[in-house]
Amino acid sequence: MSQELKDDLQHIRKMMEQSSRFISLNGLSGVVAGVVALAGAFVAYYILQKSSIDYFQDYSGATGVGVVTQLTLLAIVVLIAAVGLGILLTVNKTKKQGHKIWTSTTKKLLVALFVPLIFGGLFCLAAMYHGHFIIMAPLMLVFYGLALINAGRYTFSDIQNLGYCEAFLGVIAMFIPGYGLVFWALGFGVLHIVYGLLMYQKYR
Amino acid sequence: MSLLEHLNKDFESRVRLGIMSILVVNEWIDFLEMKDHLQVTDGNLASHINALEQKKYIEVKKEFVGKKPKTSYKATKTGKGAFEKHINALEKLLRG
Repeated sequence: MSQELKDDLQHIRKMMEQSSRFISLNGLSGVVAGVVALAGAFVAYYILQKSSIDYFQDYSGATGVGVVTQLTLLAIVVLIAAVGLGILLTVNKTKKQGHKIWTSTTKKLLVALFVPLIFGGLFCLAAMYHGHFIIMAPLMLVFYGLALINAGRYTFSDIQNLGYCEAFLGVIAMFIPGYGLVFWALGFGVLHIVYGLLMYQKYR
Repeated sequence: MSLLEHLNKDFESRVRLGIMSILVVNEWIDFLEMKDHLQVTDGNLASHINALEQKKYIEVKKEFVGKKPKTSYKATKTGKGAFEKHINALEKLLRG
């Protein structure tokens, strides 16, 4: 009798969890995204060096148009590579677990994630348009953090914690101008790798 | 065993427990998604859903997405209340 009741309760909990949270997020997605971001940061540093701007010496923020175009293209490549590989790994894991990918939870998760990201992205474009390159990295980190905090409701709570870390890092970066690239590498690179490994261990 | 009185007969089957658990934490869920979570046959799920609908525990919405019919379900206030009572009774029984 009591075993049956216990089973019932367990079944209820499992159904609630499974139907309201996206639980197939692959920790390796984070690791891969982080590695791509770090590689991107190194390439960015190299681009700056080549155009005879020593990032750590005299960063006056006065960069040539060519450099900005190169950096923007690089950013787009990094974004596509990181997101693409991340999606690929997570979709694979979902299939392995035998879950469906396109559920109402996944849709909610994506909406929650992309609403702050799109507004943040437009905001960043406007800032770039006015030449405020120095605040790009802090802005990106803060908006990305908020997006993660928002989307975290529909998946593992670790994602929410990662969001708080990213947003906090963005705020710190805003107080220390001129080190955008360093903070960017820490937030999108190191934090992703750390959390990715953590989650990979936890939810294997 | 007066405690047993609080257990709701309508939630005796595991499929119904599953349907209600999914609906208390989500808004609208469609038939296919429900089936996917519960791993039951169409007929089995449909009959349990009908029973719950008759009790006014769940609300049904039928619509067309393109040319395909889509049926979605949502827990009513009555349903959520009844389910909560049932769960509390289950927990009491386990503790007692």
